[in-house]
Amino acid sequence: MTDTLTGTPPRDDAAAPAPPRPVCTRRTDRRWTRSKVALLVLGIVLGLLTIFPLLWMVSGSFKTAAEVNSATLLPSAPTLDNYRYVFTEVPFLRYMLNSFFISATITVLALWFHSMAAYALARLKFRGRDTIFLLIFSTLLVSLPVILIPTFVVVRALGLVDSYAGLIVPAIFNAFGIFLLRQFYVSLPAELEEAALVDGASYWRIYRSVILPLSKPILSALAVFFFLANWNAFVWPLTITSDPDLRVVQLGIATFQQQYVGDWNYVLAAATVAALPTLLIFFFFQRQIVESIKNAGFK
Amino acid sequence: MSAVTVSRTAGRARAGTAGGNASVGKAAQERRQRRAAFWFLLPDSLGLLVFVAVPMVLAVVLGFFRIDGFGSFQFIGVGNYVRMAGDPQFWSSVRITLLYLVGVVPAIFVVGLGLALLVQQKIPFVGAIRSMLFVPYVISLVVVAMVWEFMLGDRTGVLSRVAASLGFENVSFLGEPSLALGTVVVVTVWFQMGYYMVIFLAGLQDIPGEYYEAARIDGAGAWQRFRAITLPLLRPTSFFVIITATVSVITGGLDLVFVLTGGGPAGSTTLLIFYIYEQAFLFGELGYAAAIGSVLVLVMLAWSALMFAVTRGGRFDND
Repeated sequence: MTDTLTGTPPRDDAAAPAPPRPVCTRRTDRRWTRSKVALLVLGIVLGLLTIFPLLWMVSGSFKTAAEVNSATLLPSAPTLDNYRYVFTEVPFLRYMLNSFFISATITVLALWFHSMAAYALARLKFRGRDTIFLLIFSTLLVSLPVILIPTFVVVRALGLVDSYAGLIVPAIFNAFGIFLLRQFYVSLPAELEEAALVDGASYWRIYRSVILPLSKPILSALAVFFFLANWNAFVWPLTITSDPDLRVVQLGIATFQQQYVGDWNYVLAAATVAALPTLLIFFFFQRQIVESIKNAGFK
Repeated sequence: MSAVTVSRTAGRARAGTAGGNASVGKAAQERRQRRAAFWFLLPDSLGLLVFVAVPMVLAVVLGFFRIDGFGSFQFIGVGNYVRMAGDPQFWSSVRITLLYLVGVVPAIFVVGLGLALLVQQKIPFVGAIRSMLFVPYVISLVVVAMVWEFMLGDRTGVLSRVAASLGFENVSFLGEPSLALGTVVVVTVWFQMGYYMVIFLAGLQDIPGEYYEAARIDGAGAWQRFRAITLPLLRPTSFFVIITATVSVITGGLDLVFVLTGGGPAGSTTLLIFYIYEQAFLFGELGYAAAIGSVLVLVMLAWSALMFAVTRGGRFDND
């Protein structure tokens, strides 16, 4: 905490003791180094404690049934049998493909619809705009779990129970994405469309060839976010499907755990497989994820 | 798609008369904009109407019915609400939700801010440390629940072993009603803290460095700088964090409780949102569940209204 924002270049100490500096600066530098080491140790300890449950899961997934409940950090004889078992005993690949298809479809449609709506709310002038925005804003905090029962009743009335449409369509619509994109579009300079308008371009053309290209960073951030959220979705698929062919990966592992209570080596392998895509996405798109959270912070 | 052609022709027409009467052009442009806005807003508006607005209203309407598993409706007036008022399990779930709220929100605030202050420092490997602290957030709650269940298992779980070695023999983190909710709180903080760390980090980065420089010159210590500069300037962020954490605590937690504890032991982790689910899909009491849900919808609407008013339309910055 002491030296939060000193502006001291971090490599000061490593550099040769070049031009003479006032004594007091050097004293701060030395203190800075000591606190730097302490903070580094603290950071690494906290970081390792945080990811320990995940490391423990992965380690356990390579252990034999006899070893999985022991406290050994690493498997004494690593085995892939648990993974083989999971993929042969249950149609795990099918679950993953279902999840992939559903999450990708929701993401694409949601980004398309939300960017269109946000464009209209941010850049077009029409009567009732503020009212519509207020209405959309008012649903911002009403997430699916809150209206799970009535949404289920609506979806059942539409005949979408046990269908891909039932899994996909209700998950597309949320005020959150519209809101973030609108914030972004409001911040764009007004001159942006003017030239295109004078040229007689339609609003659709402006949206397609001016607005969308500019939104690439925020859209890709939101895409990662939406995909992750839907890959991880559990309660809605649980509520709306019973057909094993429509089972998504989270539902698949939860069901698997119920069937194999206590067979932790299998359960951990299944959990690892389900978590792997999210971890990969995290490693490759970390920046986008962090960006979209920062945007969600209404910055 | 027809809107596209329509507005395109309108565009050409407007371009053709660009030199003509300005007010006519303006009116035409306004009409064009209105028409375009209609089509741009149509898909999302329709979707939000059918899958959000209608369910919100339906939550209240269904609350006045008794609905059996076969979907037959019977109007019973305020029967469900009367039942709710006298249902000890409902009140217990409200109490548990409040306890969960009181446990999670301050913890998340302190831990999130603390971690943000830590990873804001210029220390080596800070990127890797940030990633490690954040990664639980991207894991699904089903996997989170499984991993913790594995670690907390009686006697054989690694954390139970650690507890035993510290002298707490035979502790059942998930089996003892007095401990289970605390365990759920810890797991919640564990997987959410990275998210709030990032939000706080963004807030911290917006505070101009000169303020700290000036305070340092005036001889302010670290704690003084934190109290006098960081906390006040972080107020918009703090406000946002408290709002979102509260909402996510009330409406989230369903997946976690579902897999980790199933609402038990002895109902000690039955959050309101889980109680609603239980009533609807385990006991087939859709009407009663909707009635409870409608209360939650109203709470969220009121919360949104408050947020909208305080932030003047979602502006969380100071100006």
